[in-house]
Amino acid sequence: MKNMKPVWRGLLLLLIGAVVGYAVGLGLDAFIGGRIDFVAPLGGLFALLGAAVAFFLGLVGYRGITRGLVFQVIGTLVGGFFVTGIRALMGLSTFGGFFFTEPAWVFGALVGVISFLVGVGALTDWFKWAKGEETPDHHDDPEGFVKYFGVSLDHKVIGIQYTITSIVLLGVGGLFALIFRTELAASQLQFLTTTFKAFDQNGLQFYNTLMSLHGMVMIVSILLGIAGVMNYLIPMLLGAHDMAFPRLNAFSYWIAVPAAVLLLSALFLGGFDTGWTGYPPLSTRSPVGIQMFFLGVFVAGWSSILGSLNLIATTIRMRAKGMSAFRMPIFVWAAIATSIISLTATQLIGLSFQMVMFQRLFDMGFFDATRGGNPVLFQHLFWFYSHPAVYVFVLPGLGVISELLPVFARKPLFGYKWIAMSSLGIALVGFLVWAHHMFTSGMNEYLRVPFMYSTLLVAVPTGVKFFSWVATLWKGKITTPTPMLFVLGGIIVFLLGGLTGPPNATVSTDLHLHDTYFIVGHFHDTMFGGYIFPFFAALYYWFPKATGRRMSEKLGKLHFWIMTPAFLVMTLSMMRIGLLGMRRRIADYDPMLGFDLTHLITTIAGYLIFTSVVIFLYNFFRSMKHGEEAEGNLWNSRSPEWQVPSPMPVHNYDQAFEVVGEPYDYGLEGSRYVEFAKSKKGN
Amino acid sequence: MRHFVIVGILVIAVAALTYVGLDTVGLMPIQASAQAIPVDWMWNLNVIAISFLFALIIVPLFYSLLVFRRKKGETGDGEHIEGNTRLEIIWTVIPLFVVLTFAYLGAYSLGETRRIDPQAMTINVTARQFAFAFEYPEYGITSTELYLPVDKQVLLSMTSTDVIHSFWVPEFRIKQDIVPGITTEYRITPTEEGSYTVRCAELCGASHAYMLAPIEVVSLSEFEGWVGDRLVEAQAAAQTPEGRGEALTKQNACIACHSLDGSAGQGPTWKGLYGSQVTLSNGSTVTADDAFMAESILEPQAKIVAGYETVLMPAYEFTEEQIADIIAYLQTLK
Repeated sequence: MKNMKPVWRGLLLLLIGAVVGYAVGLGLDAFIGGRIDFVAPLGGLFALLGAAVAFFLGLVGYRGITRGLVFQVIGTLVGGFFVTGIRALMGLSTFGGFFFTEPAWVFGALVGVISFLVGVGALTDWFKWAKGEETPDHHDDPEGFVKYFGVSLDHKVIGIQYTITSIVLLGVGGLFALIFRTELAASQLQFLTTTFKAFDQNGLQFYNTLMSLHGMVMIVSILLGIAGVMNYLIPMLLGAHDMAFPRLNAFSYWIAVPAAVLLLSALFLGGFDTGWTGYPPLSTRSPVGIQMFFLGVFVAGWSSILGSLNLIATTIRMRAKGMSAFRMPIFVWAAIATSIISLTATQLIGLSFQMVMFQRLFDMGFFDATRGGNPVLFQHLFWFYSHPAVYVFVLPGLGVISELLPVFARKPLFGYKWIAMSSLGIALVGFLVWAHHMFTSGMNEYLRVPFMYSTLLVAVPTGVKFFSWVATLWKGKITTPTPMLFVLGGIIVFLLGGLTGPPNATVSTDLHLHDTYFIVGHFHDTMFGGYIFPFFAALYYWFPKATGRRMSEKLGKLHFWIMTPAFLVMTLSMMRIGLLGMRRRIADYDPMLGFDLTHLITTIAGYLIFTSVVIFLYNFFRSMKHGEEAEGNLWNSRSPEWQVPSPMPVHNYDQAFEVVGEPYDYGLEGSRYVEFAKSKKGN
Repeated sequence: MRHFVIVGILVIAVAALTYVGLDTVGLMPIQASAQAIPVDWMWNLNVIAISFLFALIIVPLFYSLLVFRRKKGETGDGEHIEGNTRLEIIWTVIPLFVVLTFAYLGAYSLGETRRIDPQAMTINVTARQFAFAFEYPEYGITSTELYLPVDKQVLLSMTSTDVIHSFWVPEFRIKQDIVPGITTEYRITPTEEGSYTVRCAELCGASHAYMLAPIEVVSLSEFEGWVGDRLVEAQAAAQTPEGRGEALTKQNACIACHSLDGSAGQGPTWKGLYGSQVTLSNGSTVTADDAFMAESILEPQAKIVAGYETVLMPAYEFTEEQIADIIAYLQTLK
């Protein structure tokens, strides 16, 4: 086995780990329940954990992430048994259907997360400082791919760690969607029926769990994806050698990994049937899975908050000489706007979920109407983050669009300052619109009209972006390699998402549209246009910067031309049936409604999108080693990172640069954006 | 200049085609309530705006891609245009006025949907996992079907006993959540006679998809006939224990989950249930006698019938007499 390639060794061990974990889980379940259940929750959970640990063990050995995961498992068990012991002493019940009782699971999971951070080594430097030991500013990362599986302080490594984790979660969330999309291909239940049984859930409950997890796994994937792109790019674009707080940066990434494990574990611990919104009172009645979901989101929130803090500090303090606010690359403005929201609003989703956790654990009646609580209060707290969050998702993507358009149109970005300000405008107005998710909720009626006004205002800065983009293309010399295709696709899809927004904002029409497939289509348009398409554009565009090789254009274009039409068909179909009466979040629909054909088409489109992403993944991983070499300024960009060879040196720029011009003066003879200290060739 | 003229003409053409296309396809279900009129009016305004803005962006975008693409062998960059402050102000200020107007019209149409008829009949709606129950306090009757007289405004006064539900009839357009602990209002004036379905639109648990209730919109005379029938039924039923029991099971929407004809449902069917041998989730069997029935209603989780482990039946509160009535009714279901 020593001579095997690490990947194959990892995959082999993955199989063994899954089987061993499954057996251990079944054994524990049989021990508690006194019967053999082949779809027992613990069987699934331990199979997942066993597979993950074994895979990384085979890939990189017992270090970094492998150690973290082992610590997490042990920490969870220790924490769980600790609470179980206390409960035994108090004469309370000790073990239940999911092995531990709910309080034991929650406390264990929390200990598990901290153990992971200790095990992976994200806290090591801080421990050393506490003991008075010195640590070097930068660790020497091991050679080769192994460095990506342990704690590194290099923002480029962390950026890639974020990005890969995000792609993995994108795949998982996509698979969840495919499963329930298949169930929806025809009316009546086909395989997620009431006799279906897995992890203590029948088909309907399993559908709800998958649908709910699809939502939150994708959200976490997006948060990690934007963090990846921002982490990788921002110091480079600013001319900094790294982020302001490299250890905090590593911590922000590594805390997201146990959070993802918690989220996925919800699938096995009875699931939860509330959707990603987790509204009480329903969420106070769900199985213990919902606690893992709440805790996973809570922990992932730390990643967002600390990551954005770091990014803001870096942008304020570490810009190159001469880089005044309006000479920053436009993507930096988008990143700042996004980070302001993440830094100040994420607390609210953490808080609202924590309150439900406490209502369940300590019987505090925050949202229990019979004890003076109010279920609608939760929705206010929840949406105060969760609406601005959608701008967290899309602003970096819109920033990528603004960043790449001038390069491929060979023209200055039209109205740079207006685009920069529109990002801040969207971020600020975004804080004032949350209750438009609650027009039908039964909140005080007089709140509806003011929130309609504030919501519609978002259209103004968003419109500025669209008009400016079109004006940037006007009279350019446009080329359309793969990144530009995804930029254009992003604009068109986001346009559809934007245009289907106002009917949801005007209260009277929203009374019809709320909680229907129209909304589902609308927000998939905004998420794909504002994040997925620009994210792919960014990956195709900056891939050579990270690897020194480019991805295949042929496969990239194939990816684009399969995904875009399929996606448009999918969301337009969703909106069509939504208007006609298709509700959101239902496992089954009435055949009398006549939606079968449209659903079938939607499902086929979903599979096509998945196929295109598989093509992308093949291209992505293959090109790392076998892609065409591309070490120079491949896209003929003015941006500083392209003025030095790829892949980027460890500490970024060997010579510091100074900003001497406007960032996007394409077409202006003799103009330059940056000048390197010792004059170098090129530029 | 030539470019602007072509694009201008194309924008108008594409906008018109988009609007006519969307209008011809027909995007909404039939309009069956007075409240649907302002909603559809506002929707139509939205569609006009969508069509125009769609054309306004998409036409110059594709025009640029076609006309300003880099031709073979061409080198060099595009024109050096950094921006135009006047244009930026125009496309900030005009949309600002448009959205403010839209918000005003939105508020106006919302107001239209909320017009109050003081004569409106009140109907109390109780929602629970996964059924609706309707009570007509003016007549003292309860039903699991919602009968409504055409062209008369009714006020549904709604509350929930467990989680949040939502009352939505696509043909009526309006939707309103039903929240435990508070009473929400749903005012509707049906304008088309016919059969409709109210569909729960807020995820409320495993069987959310099946939380439906039939609605019949009928003429006033038919409605009065229906009320009369229900009253006669109720009076007759009140004379016997099984009649009172049957009424209770309807009021509490038990039959939304428990079928009377042996067909499968969310819960075990009631046909032939009483006195039968029931297998429980722990493998043991019990006789479905009075004690078991009473316990299953008051404390549903105490003993769970095999196959229904994952369905959480809510606990109900009944007096001893009511339990006896219900059991008497169950005995009749052979």
